[in-house]
This record gives sequence, C-alpha cells and structure tokens, in this order.
Amino acid sequence: MSQVASMHGAVEPAESALTPESWGKLGMWIFLAGDAVGFGTLLASYGAMRATSADWPSPFAVLGINLTAAMTFLLICSSVTMVKGLEWLGKGDKGRAKAFLFFTALGGAIFVSLQAYEWSHLIHRGLLINGNPWGASLFGTSFFLVTGFHGLHVTGGVIYLLAMVRVVAHRPQPAASYNAVEIAGLYWHFVDLVWIMVFTFMYLL
Amino acid sequence: MATEAHKHPNYMAIFWFLAILTVIEIALIYMPLAKFTIGVLLCALALGKAALVAMYFMHLRFETRTVGMIAIVPLLIATLLIFVLLPAGFAVMKRTVGVKPAATEPAKH
Repeated sequence: MSQVASMHGAVEPAESALTPESWGKLGMWIFLAGDAVGFGTLLASYGAMRATSADWPSPFAVLGINLTAAMTFLLICSSVTMVKGLEWLGKGDKGRAKAFLFFTALGGAIFVSLQAYEWSHLIHRGLLINGNPWGASLFGTSFFLVTGFHGLHVTGGVIYLLAMVRVVAHRPQPAASYNAVEIAGLYWHFVDLVWIMVFTFMYLL
Repeated sequence: MATEAHKHPNYMAIFWFLAILTVIEIALIYMPLAKFTIGVLLCALALGKAALVAMYFMHLRFETRTVGMIAIVPLLIATLLIFVLLPAGFAVMKRTVGVKPAATEPAKH
C-alpha cells in the first residue's frame, strides 16, 4: 500500500484484493471510461456518416492542418508539463509543481483560443453547422459537434487545473495534494489522448 | 513514496516519440501511397500514440489489473459499435452511392 493510500487509512473501507490504491483514482478511471465511450460513439458515427456519403468533402483540403498540427503539438507539450508538475510534487517542491500545473492550464487556454480562431475562420469561409459550400451538410455538423465537445473538455480541464494550483498552494504538505493532482492529470492526459484520435480521424484521414 | 521510481518513466523520451509520430503522420498524407494504405497507417499511428499517452503519462502500465480492465472496456465497446454500424452503413451506401440517375427522378403520377 502506498503512502498516499495509507494516509487515508482512517476513511478507507476494509481492504480486499480488489481494494484500489486510491478510490478517487478508480472513480476518475470509471468516469474516463464512460467519457471514452461517448467520444468513441461520436467518432464511430462520424466514420459511418462519412463512409456512406457520396459528397463528403476532403477534410484535409477544407480544414487545413497547419494550425491543427501546432495545436496537437501544444497539447502534447501540456501533457509533459502535467507529468513534470506531478513529478516535482512527488519530490516535495511545491513551487515548481504549481508553476508546471499553471503552464499546463496555460497550454490548454491557448489551445481553446486557437480553436476559437479556427472556428471563426472556417465559419467565415462558409462552414456552418447546417451546411457548407463543399458537400454533405453533415460534414459541418459532425465537425462542430466533435471539436466542440472536445473543446468543452479542454475548457473544463483548464478550470480543473487552476483549482489544483490552488489546492497545492493551500495544503501545507506536498504529499497531501499528490493524489488529487495525479487524478487531475489523468483527466488532462485523456483530453490529450482524445485529441490524438480527433486529429487523425477528422483532419488527416 | 515507494512507487515513485517506477511511476515516473523518462517523460521526455515519450514526448519525443509522440512528436516524431505526429511528424510522420503529417508526412504520410503527402506520400504517393494508396489511400487505403495511408488510412491504415494513420489509424495504427494514432493508436500507437494513444497507447503511449495511456501507458506512460496516465501510468496505466504501473496500475493494477482492475484499472487496466476498466480502461480496456471502452476500446471493446467502440470496436463493437463499428461492427454494429456497418450493416446500416452499407444499406445507406447502396441507396446513396449505388443509385442510377433515373431512380432519383421524382415518381410520375
């Protein structure tokens, strides 16, 4: 049993072989599994609609990938700052941990801003939720639905990470916030993982 | 913390792997390969990148079997969903792609 789990020994139920190291972490994994089914459904439906459409526009030609490739790189970088923040917290350096968590949130905020810029640019060119000049109207519908759903996740993640900066700042012992930050990290990496899929299926393919 | 050492692998190595795989993905779409080949390679690269993030950034590699089972469930459901959508997809494709021009004309009464 780890130090984190042993700290909460007083509130843990009786142990069995299935008792997790952290109930919070198990809860986040179950939430993420449900969320992954949600994203999986959206992407599978997107694939079915695209495969059965006679006039689906070429996403690569319509959407462009230069900006999105930079956004992908930004999210990968923010995942690295997240794990570095957790690593520093594990080493007991609250200052560096807070800084890296803040950089992660900043990366997320820049990502959402770039997405807003991309949306406004595409809307200006005629890509709407109910139609577009290039072909199937469901192209715009699915694009805004999937990228919007992901963008909401990133926005939620930025708020979550800023809350974690506050948690780390207010708890005197770095170890006391380690578990909470690790759980927040799971959410953030999941958002990165989903974007890897969205980037491939909605932009590159 | 006892689990600290194995819980923090070389994150920078994972970062470079992810960055290089992204560059390969982008380079692939400009390559003179068959569309199907590019599609299969892009799917494989995306799954590889997702596995790297889950295994090392999300520490799935160092987690218990219970967490691993929870993580694998959505993957199975998503795969199932693709097969569930296939028959409906082919039925629609027959109607939309395989139609002759005459069949699209409005019926005369």
